[in-house]
Amino acid sequence: MTAQDPLMRAADPMLPRLFRVEKVRRELSDTFTMELVAEDGWEFVFQPGQFNMLYVFGVGEIPISISGDPADRSRLVHTTRAVGPVSQALDELKAGDSLGVRGPFGTTWPVEAAYGRDLIFVAGGVGLAPLRPAIYHAMANRERYGRVMVLYGARTPEDILYKKELERWRGRFDMDVLVTVDRATGKWGGNVGVVTNLVMKGGFDPLQTTAFICGPEVMMRYGAQAMEKRGVGRDHIWLSVERNMKCGCGLCGHCQWGPHFVCKDGPVFRYDRIADLFAISEL
Amino acid sequence: MVKPQDLGHIIDEHPFFQGLNAPLREALVCCAANERFVAGEHLFREGAEARKFYLIRQGQVAIEVEAPVRKPIILETLSDGEVLGWSWLVPPHRTAFTARAQTTVRVLSFDTTCLLKKMEADPALGFAVLRRFVPIMAHRLSAARLQLLDLYGPAMAAAPKAEKKPKTEKAVKASKGRNRSAVAALEGVRAEAQADKAALKLAKAKGEKPAKKKAKSS
Repeated sequence: MTAQDPLMRAADPMLPRLFRVEKVRRELSDTFTMELVAEDGWEFVFQPGQFNMLYVFGVGEIPISISGDPADRSRLVHTTRAVGPVSQALDELKAGDSLGVRGPFGTTWPVEAAYGRDLIFVAGGVGLAPLRPAIYHAMANRERYGRVMVLYGARTPEDILYKKELERWRGRFDMDVLVTVDRATGKWGGNVGVVTNLVMKGGFDPLQTTAFICGPEVMMRYGAQAMEKRGVGRDHIWLSVERNMKCGCGLCGHCQWGPHFVCKDGPVFRYDRIADLFAISEL
Repeated sequence: MVKPQDLGHIIDEHPFFQGLNAPLREALVCCAANERFVAGEHLFREGAEARKFYLIRQGQVAIEVEAPVRKPIILETLSDGEVLGWSWLVPPHRTAFTARAQTTVRVLSFDTTCLLKKMEADPALGFAVLRRFVPIMAHRLSAARLQLLDLYGPAMAAAPKAEKKPKTEKAVKASKGRNRSAVAALEGVRAEAQADKAALKLAKAKGEKPAKKKAKSS
């Protein structure tokens, strides 16, 4: 093993790998998807639900969920909303630019534990991005699941993320996709209302359902409650939590949330393990 | 033409009236009718006397607010299995919003003048109807409040704490200066990566199998 060996670098989670921006795609006015390729030529292996620390040189580092296909190890895909200086600096990167990547970190959506059950994805806004690797996995292993449903809520029809992909998924005979917007604009003729309404409408067997929920925390809380109301057990509801992460590997404690470090014990948590924490506003 | 016994079947199958006993079900059937609306047609308009409520059997209905000099604002859509209209329960019994069919809509409508009379005469029926309406009203209120939050808007899409204070261009430049040593270190990493890549290419060209090709990145 040489000093250049990625295995050696992997042993130090604080050491970034160098990646090159291969492609940048504008998703929404403030949201973009970057495809990255490792400059060392080695593959990148991750599980659905994990995140990376992306480092823009001289600006800073932020945690971003991986939103690509876990089966494609040749490239790394991240969808990011530009809301702060680092994500805005990421937004300014162009094809050919370099950035540092540490990861993958964190817990994963339990896609294999859900084999044999109905699988319901509930996403809000850019929360669809961290769920997309799990959706890809479900589609690649479609015969292993019962019903597969994507329930997605966005602010307006113009804010729907991965619109073409959602349309493609909806076109499949073995998958249901329901989309709702908070505010209808233009010629929108679909559902209007909060995404939790879709949970109440969705036709699935609650006793045989595993739900993965991702979006703004308030939406996840109410989404999980709606799932519970439908009869889905807390131990079959999973959420992806976001906190202020720095090291990404449980060393610094910045992301401590009650007894958990979100970067190490999360970001994907089982609802019954964190439901009480949602009630503590100081956290 | 739908016969009263068919209306009874429809009521039996509708989740809203699950668990209703036979006499109460018969009372409801007496006030029910089957109706159909084409896309664009109004089921009721804002401010009108609330004489009916609807169980949507099929189709999508938009709840709208009329606004001057612009298209109506859609607040919510309702579809198969949902209940439309509860202004008839609350004085002055006038509809608060407009309901418009977005697709062809098939509904079971209930004459609320007829139903209110029966509910007043039979408290058990009144209780059965109200206990079905109240959770719907609570759910709609909760959903409306959530909608007000603008969950996916800029205010709720909080950046991580480290990102919250946007830096000025000057501050970013200063930060770049401070991080020059870090950048230099990463240049070293980049050189290593390029050497890695070259070694990998060379190995491939020679037809050798790299020792650890499928290395996990962490």
